[in-house]
Amino acid sequence: MPKDSGIGASSKRREDVRFLTGAGNYTDDINVHGQAYVHFLRSDIAHGRITNIDTSAAEGMPGVVKVFTGKDFEGVGGMPCGWEVTDRHGAPMQEPPHPILAQGKVRHVGDPIAAVVADSLEQARDAAEAIEVDIEELSAVLDMKAAAQEGATLIHEDLKNNICYDWHLGEEDNNKVNEVFANAAHVTTLDLINNRLVANPMEPRVAVAEYSRGTDEYTLYTTSQNPHVIRLLMCAFVLGLPEHKVRVVAPDVGGGFGTKIFHYAEEAFCTFAAKACNRPVKWTASRSEAFMSDAQGRDHVSTIELALDADNNFTGLRTNTYANLGAYLSTFSSSVPTWLHGTLMAGNYKTPVIQVNVKAMFTNTVPVDAYRGAGRPEATYQLERVIDKAARELGVDPIALRRQNFITQFPYDTPVALTYDTGDYNGTMDKLEAAADLAGFAARRAQSEANGKLRGLGVNCYIEACGIAPSNIVGMLGARAGLYDAATVRVNATGSISVMVGAHSHGQGHETAFPQVVADMIGIDESMVEIVHGDTSKIPFGMGTYGSRSLAVCGSAMVKATEKVIDKAKKIAAHLLEASETDIELKDGQFSVAGTDKSVAWGDVTLTAYVPHNFPLEVEPGLEETAFYDPANFTFPAGAYACEVEVDPETGQVSIEKFTAADDFGNIVNPMIVDGQVHGGIGQGIGQALLENCAYDENGQLLSASFMDYAMPRADDLPFYAVDHSSQTPCTHNPLGVKGCGEAGAIGSPPAVVNAVLDALNSGGRAVDHIDMPMSPSRVWTAMHG
Amino acid sequence: MTQVSMTVNGKAVSGDVEGRTLLSSFLRDHLSLTGTHVGCDTAQCGACVVHVNGEAIKSCNMLALEADGADVGTIEGQAAEDGALNVIQQAFQDHHGLQCGFCTPGMVMSAAALLKENPRPTEGEIRKYLEGNLCRCTGYHNIVKAIMAASGQDVSSIAAE
Repeated sequence: MPKDSGIGASSKRREDVRFLTGAGNYTDDINVHGQAYVHFLRSDIAHGRITNIDTSAAEGMPGVVKVFTGKDFEGVGGMPCGWEVTDRHGAPMQEPPHPILAQGKVRHVGDPIAAVVADSLEQARDAAEAIEVDIEELSAVLDMKAAAQEGATLIHEDLKNNICYDWHLGEEDNNKVNEVFANAAHVTTLDLINNRLVANPMEPRVAVAEYSRGTDEYTLYTTSQNPHVIRLLMCAFVLGLPEHKVRVVAPDVGGGFGTKIFHYAEEAFCTFAAKACNRPVKWTASRSEAFMSDAQGRDHVSTIELALDADNNFTGLRTNTYANLGAYLSTFSSSVPTWLHGTLMAGNYKTPVIQVNVKAMFTNTVPVDAYRGAGRPEATYQLERVIDKAARELGVDPIALRRQNFITQFPYDTPVALTYDTGDYNGTMDKLEAAADLAGFAARRAQSEANGKLRGLGVNCYIEACGIAPSNIVGMLGARAGLYDAATVRVNATGSISVMVGAHSHGQGHETAFPQVVADMIGIDESMVEIVHGDTSKIPFGMGTYGSRSLAVCGSAMVKATEKVIDKAKKIAAHLLEASETDIELKDGQFSVAGTDKSVAWGDVTLTAYVPHNFPLEVEPGLEETAFYDPANFTFPAGAYACEVEVDPETGQVSIEKFTAADDFGNIVNPMIVDGQVHGGIGQGIGQALLENCAYDENGQLLSASFMDYAMPRADDLPFYAVDHSSQTPCTHNPLGVKGCGEAGAIGSPPAVVNAVLDALNSGGRAVDHIDMPMSPSRVWTAMHG
Repeated sequence: MTQVSMTVNGKAVSGDVEGRTLLSSFLRDHLSLTGTHVGCDTAQCGACVVHVNGEAIKSCNMLALEADGADVGTIEGQAAEDGALNVIQQAFQDHHGLQCGFCTPGMVMSAAALLKENPRPTEGEIRKYLEGNLCRCTGYHNIVKAIMAASGQDVSSIAAE
């Protein structure tokens, strides 16, 4: 029987009511009395030297408050990078400055050169057109392999080359790796591109900043997944402001997918300008601006080699990747191709020798950073594609080849620095085979063929590492931040509860799911618990929401704080019941003395906490507790996905006929929300596989700068999905046994789609072993007829 | 500035606008009806869909002056006076048809227009009708399901929850 409340119930989302009635409060809905508007003049040249900026005409235009250029930010900090990667020789990565407004050079189309603050947005735009900028154009550096060559045009003249770092993980001894490959019975090699994507949350970024001279206090409203991170970075590294004078609010946020983790120049600019102009300043990105300024995702070019012995056991894996970081280091960009990618190359398999090599490159493109999955999709794609190719080359069943090589003993230390605590990859694959009715595939293929279509089945596995932690380890790996989270459980006198959390909900449903946990622990109705998030003046210092961490990390902090509350409440109950604290039990919102019929209700205890007339003298009044939680390890959600496609041999058009996901997320708090998270991830993964591509021309012009040119998946491109999460091996080291579900769909689905298309083509007698994403009809048709 | 008058959610409203003021901007900035969202600048995303004289239109693609005298409906006018959700809104909540909520007003307004002209649309008809509404969160699964449910169709066989 499905539960109707508490942990495990598909409680309907309470936040929906405001979103469904137009009562949401998104950043662009916030207007501060007297606000001015900013418009950024952005570079339309990918790489060039600024020889002159003349703002005099613009300054005299109607409504103009002030015009800013890079000069106004000399002596002000630049945008910081939060993760220092150490290269294979032990040297720190090359870390170029990233000014708020361009200083001396422009390095990508969209790089902000100047900003106009005016009474109205139209006036700011009009004045920006009157700014004269002379730029000496330099050749744009776009191809990563060419950018790495000696003598390549330098994007940052103060660096020695365009290579941010040349990094390595796993087996260091090249001879040993070479020997594994030399002794292999079979080696499969694959070159592939993980296409550059744009996250495109439906809400564009917005920043509204205000400053009060009377109190010297700032408030920044911004579209962020992590307001405390933004406050810390902006105050400590960019503007040099005291944190206690700066409040950062991320209200309702219309999707993030990673791209709203980062601290952006526009946030710092508006905060700076609010004081400089002594007026609130508002910036709302247009969608075209988002394409030029939101950190983009993926963009890896890789060669992967898999060695197998005569029995088809995996004996070695070697990958060489060029990872595009764009023109500047975005906040967590450096961690994505390294610790979020190299560490996942073992996948679900017991390959004994693994070597990962990554060259991270600067190019004249928009910065690249974490996008849903962040490194893990890139690792999964390489691995699951090369395994599929190996199965085809060897003429063996791709599922059997995977099963044969699955890790089956836990905990398992991978050769690439992780310890998987738990999992059941065969069990999850069993669930997939049943849920996807793989036994019926042959009949479905025959039916498709009768209709003149090629049908293919693609299966793959994935593993991800979520809830990055613990802080001492990630610190050793280069993180310049801790990765704990925090929660304060404030019980009100009449028994209702406000929980202030460091996680931020921008679609994940925390406002519904988190109360399910607290209510379940106490045995009260969910409606008595409310979540407060997104405002640094209200919540404890938390690290926000990304990397599928919210429930596993912040939820654990919430559980710890609730346990403290219950412990204290038991002391009060013991006093009221004249019993020993150790005899007090809490069930269904009643404290009772074990073995007796004496009890006192939750609400009576909470009232006593705040009206402490009859109260234990050794206990402080009140009932409010805070906990910080730093996990002992990552969590490791894993799964198996199956995609069935039909390919039209006449046109190369691919249609997704059936998509099935079997995931092991450990314990689940709200199955309805988990399903929704998986659906959304799969939608984005299918988008990457079939439709989406962020393209630049040879001069660095962004060709896909609007929804007219960047193919977002639409309802008609996608099917219904079948999602099964009944395979559950609870996480062994957090109190809820949860693993995280936010990114799985986007990680697991692209290789399933590509494997399915190749299976379809090969079934039709075309020996095609790879097609790069997105698999547009022209690419598929060309592969078939090439 | 030119004066524009129209009926919005049953109430007569008017305001002074520039010739270039979009209907979406008039609703958001002049009337503070911020439920109508703007997610793009090329009339692709559909977050700004409202009803003008009963038809679903993208309010970012219409000048406020063009709506002079029109009967305009927005997301704020969809629920009952006492706040009760209408059938479509309720179906979106029941079937988890929204996550971040940003595309939701446009989805609800488009769904209402669809069901008005086609009270029992098939899955395929719904998907086709929503080609002008982008959602980045849901993969559309639960949006399509919610609209089918709102039209009275049994959706229990559509993939387990």
